[in-house]
Amino acid sequence: METRDVVIVGGGPAGLAAAVELYKQGIRDILIVEREKHPGGILRQCIHDGFGLACFHTTLSGPEYAARFIQEAKTMGIPCETDTTVLHISGDKQVTVVNEKGIRQIQAKAVILTMGCRERTRGAVGIPGERPAGVFTAGVAQAYMNLYNRMPGREAVILGSGDIGMIMARRLTLEGAHVQAVLEIQPFPGGLPRNIEQCLNDYGIPLCLSHTVTDIHGDARLTGVTVCKVDENLRPIPGTEREYACDTLILSVGLLPENELSLEAGVEVDARTKGAVVDEYFQTSVPGIFAAGNVLHVHDLVDFVSIEAEELARGAAEYVREGRLRECGIELGAGAHVGYTVPRRISGGRDVTLSLRVKGELQNCSIVVRQDKREIARKNMKRAIPAEMIRIPVKAETVKGNGKLEVSAEW
Amino acid sequence: MTAETGEGKIPVIEGAGCPRGNDYVRQELTAPRRNIATSVLVEGGELPLASVRLTSPIPREMIGQAMEEIRKVHIKAPVAAGTVVIKGLMGYDSDVIITKDVGRGEDAERNKGMSGAV
Repeated sequence: METRDVVIVGGGPAGLAAAVELYKQGIRDILIVEREKHPGGILRQCIHDGFGLACFHTTLSGPEYAARFIQEAKTMGIPCETDTTVLHISGDKQVTVVNEKGIRQIQAKAVILTMGCRERTRGAVGIPGERPAGVFTAGVAQAYMNLYNRMPGREAVILGSGDIGMIMARRLTLEGAHVQAVLEIQPFPGGLPRNIEQCLNDYGIPLCLSHTVTDIHGDARLTGVTVCKVDENLRPIPGTEREYACDTLILSVGLLPENELSLEAGVEVDARTKGAVVDEYFQTSVPGIFAAGNVLHVHDLVDFVSIEAEELARGAAEYVREGRLRECGIELGAGAHVGYTVPRRISGGRDVTLSLRVKGELQNCSIVVRQDKREIARKNMKRAIPAEMIRIPVKAETVKGNGKLEVSAEW
Repeated sequence: MTAETGEGKIPVIEGAGCPRGNDYVRQELTAPRRNIATSVLVEGGELPLASVRLTSPIPREMIGQAMEEIRKVHIKAPVAAGTVVIKGLMGYDSDVIITKDVGRGEDAERNKGMSGAV
């Protein structure tokens, strides 16, 4: 059987960064498997700028950001099989791939999961009503406009204030469509403040918090939606219905890590992140299978996807060389006002950086890491919002014994 | 951070995390600038469009006019990222550059395997 030191599943930003860092760590027998015709992942259609501020200290478009890693991987001669799909990964790291040449199995020493995430659809959020054409997820509308030169519609309503939804509000406006409103069921925005300012406020597009779509009208094509205000339990308030005539409804209602293959391999998935449970090396519950990027937890900035994948690659390289990694016996959990933490287990033997999100909007708060009630790390923040991932470093020398760590937000 | 403004007054800005924050807020309050990203048509390409952006931001109120200028650009495949398609957009110190390589449509089959490399 064909063998590889490392098979990387997905050639988006996480897979590319992992490949380049593995090479720098001395691992050369690498294969990237990519389903699309070109590497780069979702960045290929993210033509707006603002990428790269953390990694390259400049602002790039998505394709340019991807090209930096693609170029580096190309120079290193790292192979990437495009138009090739992974069908199955087994717990003992046999990867089944298929392309037009046929189906084959590759035995890997380590497998890196970088499949990214998928958009939640109308069905996933259960919007009632007719089923006309004209209802798109934001990413699909983005692909139509930015890759295929197709206009999704002329008169649009956007449900969900995730970053892609707001970016599409601007993109549609620039191309001559009219965006009536962005509706958000939560009492706070889903996306970053800079996108509210530059994508909505710049174009006079209203952001209606605590509002959602309760009905969809239209036979062949969408003719309108019914919008309702919601109460504190996110339930529509009767009597607040308002009709919006439109031919296009764009959904930006959340992203879900894509873990079908991970589950088949026996990887344990976290109920909150919907991504794998990983240790500080980004190793999953199956030894030698690693995960990073949006397949692990949904990020707001691609720079942190790259940084995370590079951290993963250093662990995976050590695993390939040594055949094992240091045991991570210290559990880590989310405490008050914190939605989740990544990783979920650490060794205590190395400095680590934790990633987390808070559950609501907080002012002048501190993110505090405690072990058995003893404070071991703190980060003070003027403002913390669910839309922005927070990273906090924890020094190895502050961790004592195997007691559980808890991360909470307080003020 | 906070900023105070008034008719004809110089903004008073406090609490910026770094000097760039100060500059950014001053610009936002007095004369906001924006970059824009859009696409231009490509003839004979593996994709019908090549994405473009500005090399530096222009006044926010000029975005509509900039879109009109960029819409006039038609190019032939292949095109490479970094190619300048409009030099000094509307007289500003800002160029419109291609941000994505688009190969020729007829080479698409050959390019996709990419001879085994990324």
